[in-house]
Amino acid sequence: MPEIGNTYEVAFERPKSMYAQFDRKEDLQHTTHYCAGCGHGQVHKLLAAAIDELGIQDRTVLTSPVGCSVFAYYYFDVGNVQAAHGRAPAVATAIERSRPGATVISYQGDGDLSAIGSAEILHAANRGENITVIFVNNAIYSMTGGQMAPTTLVGQRSTTSPGGRNPATEGYPLRMSELLATLEAPVYIERVGLGDNRQIAQARRAIKRAVENTTKRLGFSMVEVLAPCPTIWKMSPVEAQRWVKDVMEKSYPLGVMRDRVKDAEPKPEPMVAPGLAEIPGLLGIEAAVPGEASRSGHRRRGKAVHLGVRVAGFGGQGVLLLGEVLAEAGLEAGLEVSWLPSYGPEMRSGTSNCHVRLASEPIDTPLVTMPEILVAMNEPSLRKFDASVKAGGWVIYNGEEFPAELMREDVHVLAREFTREAQALGDPRVANMVMLGALLELAGVVKAEAIHKALTKLVKSPKWVELDERALARGRVMAREEREQVSRGCGVMVG
Amino acid sequence: MHRQLMKGNEAVVRAAILAGCRAFYGYPITPASEITEAAATLMPKVGGVFVQAESEVAAVNMLYGGSSAGVRCMTASSGPGISLMQEGISYLAGAELPCVIADITRGGPGLGNLGSEQSDYHQVVKGGGNGNYKTLVLAPNSVQEMADLTRLAFELADRYRNPVMLLADGFVGQMMEPVEFAGKALEPGTPSWAVTGERETRGNMITSLHMKFDDLERHVRHLEEKYRCAEQLEARVERSFTRDAEIVLVGYGIVGRILKAVVAEARAAGLRVGLLRPITLYPFPTSEFRAIASHARCVVVVEMSTGQLVDDVRLALNGACPVEFYSRVGGNVPGHDEVMALVTRLAREMDLQARLEEMGVAHA
Ligand SMILES: Cc1ncc(C[n+]2csc(CCOP(=O)(O)OP(=O)(O)O)c2C)c(N)n1
Repeated sequence: MPEIGNTYEVAFERPKSMYAQFDRKEDLQHTTHYCAGCGHGQVHKLLAAAIDELGIQDRTVLTSPVGCSVFAYYYFDVGNVQAAHGRAPAVATAIERSRPGATVISYQGDGDLSAIGSAEILHAANRGENITVIFVNNAIYSMTGGQMAPTTLVGQRSTTSPGGRNPATEGYPLRMSELLATLEAPVYIERVGLGDNRQIAQARRAIKRAVENTTKRLGFSMVEVLAPCPTIWKMSPVEAQRWVKDVMEKSYPLGVMRDRVKDAEPKPEPMVAPGLAEIPGLLGIEAAVPGEASRSGHRRRGKAVHLGVRVAGFGGQGVLLLGEVLAEAGLEAGLEVSWLPSYGPEMRSGTSNCHVRLASEPIDTPLVTMPEILVAMNEPSLRKFDASVKAGGWVIYNGEEFPAELMREDVHVLAREFTREAQALGDPRVANMVMLGALLELAGVVKAEAIHKALTKLVKSPKWVELDERALARGRVMAREEREQVSRGCGVMVG
Repeated sequence: MHRQLMKGNEAVVRAAILAGCRAFYGYPITPASEITEAAATLMPKVGGVFVQAESEVAAVNMLYGGSSAGVRCMTASSGPGISLMQEGISYLAGAELPCVIADITRGGPGLGNLGSEQSDYHQVVKGGGNGNYKTLVLAPNSVQEMADLTRLAFELADRYRNPVMLLADGFVGQMMEPVEFAGKALEPGTPSWAVTGERETRGNMITSLHMKFDDLERHVRHLEEKYRCAEQLEARVERSFTRDAEIVLVGYGIVGRILKAVVAEARAAGLRVGLLRPITLYPFPTSEFRAIASHARCVVVVEMSTGQLVDDVRLALNGACPVEFYSRVGGNVPGHDEVMALVTRLAREMDLQARLEEMGVAHA
């Protein structure tokens, strides 16, 4: 700066938060790309001044929209993120959530905010995101050459409402500030104008207030600015400014729509992140027990195991849990395991089934299309899966009357009223565990200790564990009796 | 070495957090919701961010914001949600923002159903957004790979400054298998280009906009160059008995598992059958396919779609080897017996009749 002597006093200068020269711009780096009399230029200046006055240049992150202000990053010497059309509030949300020390400002036009981005602004406001939204309403899509926006006035001509906006088919100007002021969360919403100097002075105060709220982490603040667009409106800058005041303002009354600044509590400070060493524990990732080999997936000795099980029944019968306990127990016993819930049309309609595999070798497919054991907890499940059981396998069926037409010569059947057995033990809901007990006895692949571990892991209440243990024991006895009766082994499953 | 039983979807979130992911933005959809639900529980515990977005459009733009701020972040969805994210994915790739997006595929088109399909291959691998961009795509086939490839996805995303997608079918997301989380929790770092709201990053700018034609051409060529590098360095496959295979089965995700069972059965029957399972779908493991073409007499692609992966296989082979295709859709799975029957028929057609009879294989 040249010395001009003591008499020189700076009354007005470019805000520091604006670049002195617009290096990011292609050419004409000392002028903006905005037309003469454009509201965006004025709003830029007011916003930069607010950033200066609040001393937050370093911490400010500005998201620019798609529209005439898409190039805001040419001008603002702050952190800049350019967003897709209408999505700036979502972008700003995420920046602020992860960087609560930043002051995040979403700068948007009326097409951007009230049309394509209407969902994003509504929900950012409703979540009370700690951001400032600067909403520049010029009642038209300017950048694309003057098409109708949701904010276009009744009767206003545009390239897509050449006869003037007709409310019968195009609806009425969308008053976003009033709309958002119906929400609980926003702390501050005001509509201002650029219609004359007094209005501009008020716009300046409102913008600063909004940004200040954000720096104090008070929540969602928005300033809607009625702004001239002389080029698209086909007016001189002076006419356009007058039109804002004389015409636009009638559809968009100026004023404060929401002010809860005084009562607003700052957002809570983010928690101190836990140390890295704590993270696995917080995620429920189990630490290896020293010397533990059982879960390594490489059982060192014992017979080869290849067991495929299908469990099916009504939702609520504990079909999935039965399978889960079996898989967990298999893992405890050092086997490879997989559990796959039925995933098809039946998912939501009351029946369910799952595929379980236990094997001494790595499992190729987790799907069990030909089970060695079928656990059918009801008749429809039996009918659906009976034919799929491998020759030499078992069907464990919850019912004494095994339908004669489903009888197969080549499979063993254990058909009992398991639900009644469970009832006798104290609760019909443990029928699944009685059936699992029978399955374990017939398959002979996992020891009681592994089952106990699996149960205590998956079933939280000790009362239920105790009942489940009795149910399992009962099931084992039932299967043993059956097997002795037919005096036939079941080597097929474990061979 | 400690393995615990877990759903694929649950493993993804844990692996992500261990990889330094500290933000998740989601919108519920079956069969991906467990990922979003687990993130809702776990992210706050580790000081991370969870936001349930108002739509997948918002979720992907939150990714854009979180990634701009230099945070490792992710989302998860399924077919219809991924369709809505395509706009954002194009912006992410254009602005060179790393992030991870999981697609746990369901049936389509439209609402389709909740069953498993692999019909999102085209929209994920080829991309449904505008412009010249690519996403790296990893295709896990087990719960262990859901964890391992999630970690890899974050590494690749940062290395290439590009979105990386995890393409899994509903089975892989929903099934439980033992999983072991390898490696320590990584410190979430902040890349130098990020916009964090601090003095050091004030000059940074994130955009996909390049007004000058020459600028955009330079930018697109730069992206292209990154993709060429990835093609050289990142293609991954699983090979099983391919060395002497006359028939090579090809499938990814759950289909790869089923085909492995078919290979075992075919080998037991004396048929020279192998499996080539792409783990990266982009970059596509083209050279692996060229390699098998030297001895394979037939390649059989099996998919839960009407034929999407098969296009890339044909391109890779470029006529060097005949390609057969088998598919099930709608939530149905190609049965191991169905594929075995096809393999047996092909083997017979391929003049292996004599050997078949010797082995006494009597498939219809
Ligand atoms: C998805 C998408 N649709 C349409 C466009 C084209 N487009 C660019 S700017 C714009 C209108 C912006 O109008 P507004 O938000 O009112 O801002 P202004 O230009 O008036 O400042 C549109 C429709 C786009 N870039 N992206």
